[in-house]
Amino acid sequence: MLEIRIHSRGGQGGVTASKLLAQAAFLEGKYSTAFPLYGAERRGAPITSFTRISDHDIKVSSQVYDPDIVVVLDDSIMDLVDVTVGLREGGLLLVNTDNGEKLEDPRLKKFKVARVNVTDIALSLGLVLSGNPILNTPILGALAKLGVVKLDSAIKAIKDMFEDERNVKAAEAAYEKVIV
Amino acid sequence: MKKMATGNQAAALAVKESNVEVVAAYPITPQTEVVETIASFVETKKMDAAYIRVESEHSAMAACIGASSTGARAFTATSSHGLLYMHEMLHWAAGARLPIVMANMNRAVGPAWNIWAEHTDSLSQRDTGWMQFYASTVQEVYDTILMSYRLAEKVYLPAMVCLDGFILSHAIQPLDITPPGDFIPPIDLPHALDTKDPMSYGNLTGPGDYFKFRRAIHDAMKRADKECRSVEKEFSGRFGRNYGPVMEYRTGDADTVIVGMGTMAREAEVAVDLLRKEGMKAGSLRIRQFRPFPRLDLEGKKVIVLDRDCSFGAGGILAQEIRFHHDVPVYNVIAGLGGQDVRYETIADLARKAKPEGEFWLGVD
Repeated sequence: MLEIRIHSRGGQGGVTASKLLAQAAFLEGKYSTAFPLYGAERRGAPITSFTRISDHDIKVSSQVYDPDIVVVLDDSIMDLVDVTVGLREGGLLLVNTDNGEKLEDPRLKKFKVARVNVTDIALSLGLVLSGNPILNTPILGALAKLGVVKLDSAIKAIKDMFEDERNVKAAEAAYEKVIV
Repeated sequence: MKKMATGNQAAALAVKESNVEVVAAYPITPQTEVVETIASFVETKKMDAAYIRVESEHSAMAACIGASSTGARAFTATSSHGLLYMHEMLHWAAGARLPIVMANMNRAVGPAWNIWAEHTDSLSQRDTGWMQFYASTVQEVYDTILMSYRLAEKVYLPAMVCLDGFILSHAIQPLDITPPGDFIPPIDLPHALDTKDPMSYGNLTGPGDYFKFRRAIHDAMKRADKECRSVEKEFSGRFGRNYGPVMEYRTGDADTVIVGMGTMAREAEVAVDLLRKEGMKAGSLRIRQFRPFPRLDLEGKKVIVLDRDCSFGAGGILAQEIRFHHDVPVYNVIAGLGGQDVRYETIADLARKAKPEGEFWLGVD
């Protein structure tokens, strides 16, 4: 079973990203589930959401403590919480960041670190909702490049949920631009 | 057809597929998505129903009672304080023998203010005369609502379908939404109000007749247990998904059984696998049907009951029920209150350390 934890801020679409990922895996014939860890819901507050993907029925519904993959949609969260808690050695850490400065931390050496600037991708496509760049659809493209799901199923999952074609363009752009 | 859906969406879809005619509901976290989704079905004409907006949950149930009294198929959904606010009307719905179905997203009761999963809200409605079912997957939410209409309209008792707030209400999982077809036939309520044959209900009733009415509810609840088996059997034949009052897991040769309800009890199956690898003869029982309460096979077994609820001063409500029906020692674990996250590793550990009898509060003791 593959376990993914997504860190984001309220309004950035982290919860939707976890659902899109589960949807993409579902389209590949896998069992999947996604759920958020809700607190007092408010914009800007750190939010955690989870996705599980498996070849078998998933009976576990408790939170993800030992993820295989951690996704960070806002690198400023890394100043507040240790996003790698429980991440196994060699596990994948994917961060949305503009310069990758925070990824130089020697403590991250034991993980497979990847970065992509999905904020920039969303802004360049004008993919903005209520003043916030949309990050969840492009991050799915980055996750596809990293082999978590296939790009085709990622795009299909996005199309199932959103009509705006720019979401697909953003995912394709992130697929090309992710740096490992 | 299969798609990904939340527990809340599964409830709304089941209501649509059950051809519900009247929905009266008031939003409350974490149930709101159910009534939002149904309202959108009605608004976009995907569902031919009257959606009655009301000022409170008490009124929501009152409106369902009115609708059901005319022979209409009625539905509402609520949670926690909303359910408690309905309490008086819950007794009324059962007393008037109305086959209303309700979804309750199990949520803690304040204060202290808390919006997360706990079963005390619905379990404290135990004596209202409602049948109670507890689901553990999105598919089970959908299926149990369909079966509940069929059952409620056979025994003329209302049914409550409970699911863990957020843990299930807000989780997406695969859902098969094959329409039920004629699995739920048109409602036939013998005591429905009819303008062509006017009568009124609600007159003062002396103890003699009143007593008979009470006994009739009691008998109907007992009969519901048998009827439920036949509904589940037919459901299984048509849709291939099997349900029972209790979902047994590796209990055949088990000398230790973990008993629970909802998502925590399904996760307990993973704990059982873990314990089996260590050589412990463990099994689990997930209670789906709390009212009427089913007969369990516990003889000679070490019994660990997980309660996501509490009757203060007495302990877990499920444990009490088991002690009432079975003469066995029970080790009662109060766990998961107010959304406490209970992992299968923790459940396995509880089973390893369980005493033959007693009470343990996870995270407190």
